[in-house]
Amino acid sequence: MATEALHENETLASLKSEAESLKGKLEEERAKLHDVELHQVAERVEALGQFVMKTRRTLKGHGNKVLCMDWCKDKRRIVSSSQECKVEILRLHWDIQPLPHSLRFFSWKDGKVIVWDSFTTNKEHAVTMPCTWVMACAYAPSGCAIACGGLDNKCSVYPLTFDKNENMAAKKKSVAMHTNYLSACSFTNSDMQILTASGDGTCALWDVESGQLLQSFHGHGADVLCLDLAPSETGNTFVSGGCDKKAMVWDMRSGQCVQAFETHESDINSVRYYPSGDAFASGSDDATCRLYDLRADREVAIYSKESIIFGASSVDFSLSGRLLFAGYNDYTINVWDVLKGSRVSILFGHENRVSTLRVSPDGTAFCSGSWDHTLRVWA
Amino acid sequence: MERVVVSMQDPDQGVKMRSQRLLVTVIPHAVTGGDVVQWLTQKFCISEEEARHLGAVLVQHGYIYPLRDPRSLVLRPDETPYRFQTPYFWTSTLWPAAELDYAIYLAKKNIRKQGTLVDYEKECYDRLHTKINHAWDLVLMQAREQLRAAKQRRKGDRLVIACQEQTYWLVNRPPPGAPSVLEQSPGRGSCAASRVHMTKRGDFYKQEIEYCRRALGRTRVKSSVCLEAYLSFCGQRGPHDPLVSGCLPSNPWISDDDAYWVMNAPTVVAPTKLRVERWGFSFRELLEDPVGRAHFMDFLGKEFSGENLSFWEACEELRYGAQAQVPTLVDAVYQQFLAPGAARWVNIDSRTMERTLEGLRQPHRYVLDDAQLHIYMLMKKDSYPRFLKSDMYKGLLAEAGIPLETKKRVFPFSRRPRHSSPSPALLPTPVEPTAAGGPGGGDGVA
Repeated sequence: MATEALHENETLASLKSEAESLKGKLEEERAKLHDVELHQVAERVEALGQFVMKTRRTLKGHGNKVLCMDWCKDKRRIVSSSQECKVEILRLHWDIQPLPHSLRFFSWKDGKVIVWDSFTTNKEHAVTMPCTWVMACAYAPSGCAIACGGLDNKCSVYPLTFDKNENMAAKKKSVAMHTNYLSACSFTNSDMQILTASGDGTCALWDVESGQLLQSFHGHGADVLCLDLAPSETGNTFVSGGCDKKAMVWDMRSGQCVQAFETHESDINSVRYYPSGDAFASGSDDATCRLYDLRADREVAIYSKESIIFGASSVDFSLSGRLLFAGYNDYTINVWDVLKGSRVSILFGHENRVSTLRVSPDGTAFCSGSWDHTLRVWA
Repeated sequence: MERVVVSMQDPDQGVKMRSQRLLVTVIPHAVTGGDVVQWLTQKFCISEEEARHLGAVLVQHGYIYPLRDPRSLVLRPDETPYRFQTPYFWTSTLWPAAELDYAIYLAKKNIRKQGTLVDYEKECYDRLHTKINHAWDLVLMQAREQLRAAKQRRKGDRLVIACQEQTYWLVNRPPPGAPSVLEQSPGRGSCAASRVHMTKRGDFYKQEIEYCRRALGRTRVKSSVCLEAYLSFCGQRGPHDPLVSGCLPSNPWISDDDAYWVMNAPTVVAPTKLRVERWGFSFRELLEDPVGRAHFMDFLGKEFSGENLSFWEACEELRYGAQAQVPTLVDAVYQQFLAPGAARWVNIDSRTMERTLEGLRQPHRYVLDDAQLHIYMLMKKDSYPRFLKSDMYKGLLAEAGIPLETKKRVFPFSRRPRHSSPSPALLPTPVEPTAAGGPGGGDGVA
């Protein structure tokens, strides 16, 4: 028995060292073709003028932290999800992993999902979910349904109905089942397929109608926190980021990891493709945002500043890809010039950390959701 | 955060420290709020607003505490004195703020001066009393002992220690209603544990090794080429980006006027000039725009190759459709486009056709991928460039207008009524062009 364990350990150690040496070689190969930096190339580009962006709409209606939001293709409607506080202290709820502060009494909370016409700030639909944190939500491309999920480990699809007699929760369809919390979800090109990312370290593609698992993606060493679908012509890949500091690009058809990038120093909270599909940006708890090029197969830019010491929770590009908007845990939003690598402006307004940020489909504005219970539309 | 605070305390380059007079006592090593803000502004080259914000965040997290009004953790950019919290109490030390310690702290406060406990503190005190009743004697004893020891210190030190403790507990046990800066998203705690677990398994490394081997074999592009591509992309799309270059007639969010959306609705008779220009940027842009796609279909019709686009659309429907529909759709596509003598036969090269027909024996949603790609490339390399050079496209470009900018309102405070729009959920689902019957566009009859 003892010798068997020793053999196992040796193999493990030798595998680890082989993996390390191969990774080193890979870095060397990548460095060979790196002949110029982005900001050098961008010197000939005209600098952007002063940007004056203000909050144009404030959406109030959530009773607790807003965790996630998504735009509808009609460019004005959005769906947002939150952790909702329903009643006072009713029961004690103990964390599974005792954190130092877990001895506090929790009130039993429900999650809430609201669909707004953010132009008029009217609420159009509201659903109460029987799980505490609804960490992911998405709008279907047709605008007729929404998907959401969180600590219930599931992703459910709700068809939107205006019929007063119908209870939206009654028509809900449970689509995805993971073994840990759902961190992100997104419809593909149609209402009939959903891609999900979970705290169990995997991503998965599901058929909405039947709930069947079409493909699963294994490879992350820890929780997967975010994903984004590639805007490519052949529409076959997506990128995901996780607590293992890695951003991985997957082939949806085969389930294999096509490319992986590991330069962040902490959890990656958000990933978003550059509009051309040739690159993607990531925001992380190490207080930086980085740009990775898929053809050069390397990181090509870092967006950071000494005065920014809090993690970036969500990032998105403007329509042309020239601006990168990033929401941070210190309640601010920083706007970066993607090409020059400098910060264009800093936006104040939220009173707690910014948890989610998305640019509208036609690029006229962007919306940010925060733990201060509100969403703001900026333009 | 600690990095910032440590550099702030640097004797040479840190914030100016001096002794502050607080009522009668003198406190050494104190700083004023104003100095903190100024130092931050200079060190990080940021605006005063940002420096004030950063300073406020540091105070909220308990790294700097106020000496005069320790109830509220706010940074006042004036002469208000502050001090740096001792590392013992830093939030990152992850010192578990135990109930026992909190009880001792509250007991001390209570003993020192009756009635200093605020409402929520009284509640907590009572609750703890019930909870740790068995150890209450210990709590009171500790509290009295600590107070006695403190009396032997100088008044200045006593005040400082009291403020330090107060700040620590304000951060760890915030009053109800105030947001707790220590709150985290749930579930992240499992990261470290699962990570360790995964790396202990051999197949994790095997997977990494295999990935590295594959990656070493891939072709890469020079950085200079990739980066130039960004410049040209951003340059081309800049004028089309509303946040960078503004939009005409006006940005709906700023002017409250939804004319921009009406003019750029998915299906509109007269597309704007910018929109028609975008069709020339890439084939994908053209296909993604319903109006562009419709015009392209017309153009193909004139060339008797409309079945190519219809085939491509049918394949898309298969790829993104419901799993249950796959066999039916595959069959429909075969009958319509691939079978010998089919009504709208598509011209694929023989090798791809052979492979596709072979795969059709066991239909799955990706079975038509090869054929679809072949047709897509055909359209992209052949029909698309011709479309852009055609009179039809040139005519569309010439006809398309540039909307006039809305005049700025004279009275900026009068709000325009914001029109609501019908929710997409209300509209009947648009009928997709199915494989069985294409849109009524003129294309060649077999």
